[in-house]
Amino acid sequence: MTVIENRTDNPVAHLSAEDIELLGKELDSLREEIFASLGEEDAAYIRRVITAQRWLELSSRGVLLFAWFPPAWVIGTAGLSVAKILENMEIGHNIMHGQWDWMRDPAIHSTTWEWDNVAPADMWKHSHNEIHHRYTNVVGRDNDLGYGMMRVDENQRWSKILLAQPLWNALTACFFEYAIAAYDLELGTLFKGRKKVDDEFRRDVRKVLGKIGRQFRKDYLATPGLAALVNPWAAGPAFLATLTATATANLVRNVWTHSVIMCGHFPEGVATFSKTSIEGETRGDWYLRQMVGSANIYGGPATHLMTGNLSFQIEHHLFPDMPSRRYPQISPRIRDLFERNGLPYVSGPLPKQVASAWHKVFRLSLPNDLFGRFNRTSQG
Amino acid sequence: MTQTLVPRERTWSGALARMAESLTTPLLPAEVVDMVAPLHGTTLRGRIEGTRAETDRAATLLIRTGRGWAGHIPGQYVRVGVDVDGVRLWRAYSITSGPRGDGRIAITVKALPDGRVSNHMVGAIRRGAIIQLDQATGEFQLPHPLPERALFVTAGSGITPVMGILRHHLDDLSDVVVLHSDRNRDDVIFGGELRAWAAAGRLRLIERHTDREGPLDADGLARSVPDWQSRRAFACGPVGLLDTLEEHWADAGLGSALHTERFRAVVRVEGAGGQVTFTRTGTTVDADGATPLLDEGEAAGVLMPSGCRMGICYGCVLPLTSGAVRDLRTGALTTAEPGDGVKVQTCITAAAGPCVLEV
Repeated sequence: MTVIENRTDNPVAHLSAEDIELLGKELDSLREEIFASLGEEDAAYIRRVITAQRWLELSSRGVLLFAWFPPAWVIGTAGLSVAKILENMEIGHNIMHGQWDWMRDPAIHSTTWEWDNVAPADMWKHSHNEIHHRYTNVVGRDNDLGYGMMRVDENQRWSKILLAQPLWNALTACFFEYAIAAYDLELGTLFKGRKKVDDEFRRDVRKVLGKIGRQFRKDYLATPGLAALVNPWAAGPAFLATLTATATANLVRNVWTHSVIMCGHFPEGVATFSKTSIEGETRGDWYLRQMVGSANIYGGPATHLMTGNLSFQIEHHLFPDMPSRRYPQISPRIRDLFERNGLPYVSGPLPKQVASAWHKVFRLSLPNDLFGRFNRTSQG
Repeated sequence: MTQTLVPRERTWSGALARMAESLTTPLLPAEVVDMVAPLHGTTLRGRIEGTRAETDRAATLLIRTGRGWAGHIPGQYVRVGVDVDGVRLWRAYSITSGPRGDGRIAITVKALPDGRVSNHMVGAIRRGAIIQLDQATGEFQLPHPLPERALFVTAGSGITPVMGILRHHLDDLSDVVVLHSDRNRDDVIFGGELRAWAAAGRLRLIERHTDREGPLDADGLARSVPDWQSRRAFACGPVGLLDTLEEHWADAGLGSALHTERFRAVVRVEGAGGQVTFTRTGTTVDADGATPLLDEGEAAGVLMPSGCRMGICYGCVLPLTSGAVRDLRTGALTTAEPGDGVKVQTCITAAAGPCVLEV
């Protein structure tokens, strides 16, 4: 049975073991139902998104060859930002989850996909799919809880250095893809002296550096270089303008993805768990932990697409390998399940959820007992 | 997919390829080509350029082959990958087209009662559809020098590789007998063309309509083709027929004069459990139908990739070279033939018959 230790108002205390088993069975059968109905429309959807993203990226990079012309800079940067966000979220993240493996298309498969991000796919898949999705919100197990450098839960120990965590978080947002790569390398654990520099680590570092090199060469050398070539009369300014444009697109993508990811587990009202609480966890317990450990984002189809449907974080955590386009479809039934079981379905519009997550980052940069009253009232 | 980087050749084209790659990474330049010219991109593909009904249940598809197609020898088959209900499925079909210099081939498909792919190919596929292709392969070919007296024994869709051969070589063959079995006259694929050849005296055609005459047996063969022992024979059809023929030829001590083509070599047992082979280590275990392949492999000391062990992380996915496995959660059966490229999650699948995993 799952125990939530950090909250006085345990949101699952009223559920019996039988309730949880039933809940698990209901979710299993929902999963079966959806997977049995996957077909041509789903396959056409992901191919359509991939094709649209590639054309958007290609045309934006084309426009950016003339980024010295300010309107071209603006349009191209906007297009490339959207393309990079789509590539990382709705396409890359979801394909690497195996959501489209059922199609048996080797070009759209979790084992072959590589994304437009400095974090190599295979390392990301390990830290994200194996660790984060398995140990969701378990303090000390799930490194996504503060990425090993921030305090986002009362049960994480406070130290003076955490006073600077709002600044840390802002920097992380700007360089999010590098933070992910560092996180996949478990650099935090290394600095804490709990990880050794061995051959495997050196190999991983080489892999990350290689990926960073390729990404750099494309965004900051090849694309601007091509711009210089096609604008020979002003090669220097053309090179610089295109470089600032691609750098801005990367920045926009980083800040956006960081915000969306923060909304998934950091907003107030999301439960965390202790290492001991998951011993002997049943399938139903695991589902329950995902349900109260994740938070959704309200929004329209555009919001859902641009968040890679992580606006349905709860549904995603219940069924990480279900094609994302089915999350909106099952969402009403999941909400109904929450209601029938008296569980809090944490959700809110993007600005509110981002603010809530930032609020937590600020609040927990201070020790628990400080402003104790303030802490207590702001929960939930 | 940055799996295969362009080799670092010190040539102009090598340098160009590397430059293109540094612009497209993490995609390969060929993946960008795929966007506009799918026949010239990453993998060998084809485009359906026409379909023609041969019988009520069989159709011929004309395929424009993409860049990299290495051609075929008459009698060979090609493996074709099509997406049915969003899932890529591969099947092998004989090439039936005659000589043509335009990079097109034709395959002829007969719809089977429960055939997902064959029914899609006969009824649903449209002009312009892009399909996946493998290079042509198969040993069902005429020997060189060509036999002076040839006998083709076929049944049902077994006529298809023979048609590929006849359309190319009928002029070069002086004495040809075709003994073909089918349910009735209308079911004979290429019936019109075969009968026209027979009428023109270019071959001797014996049709056996099994609705009335029953299936072909050794006696029927000897009656229809009294000089069968003096002919090089080529047979293609259902397993039962081929077994009968092989026995008949072997009994006469003429086994080497008969050449057979089987569309499906192995009849798969879809029971619970089976022998699992892990290719790289060569390890073989007898697995039951309830233990995940991951556990079976690990227990046998195979270095199995693994992850969450609950079917969500896909860290354990391996290619299933051949065989049948069952999803322990849904009971869904997945089968594979060599080259299908089917990948399975070993932590939640168990053997459902003999199977081979590439690890």
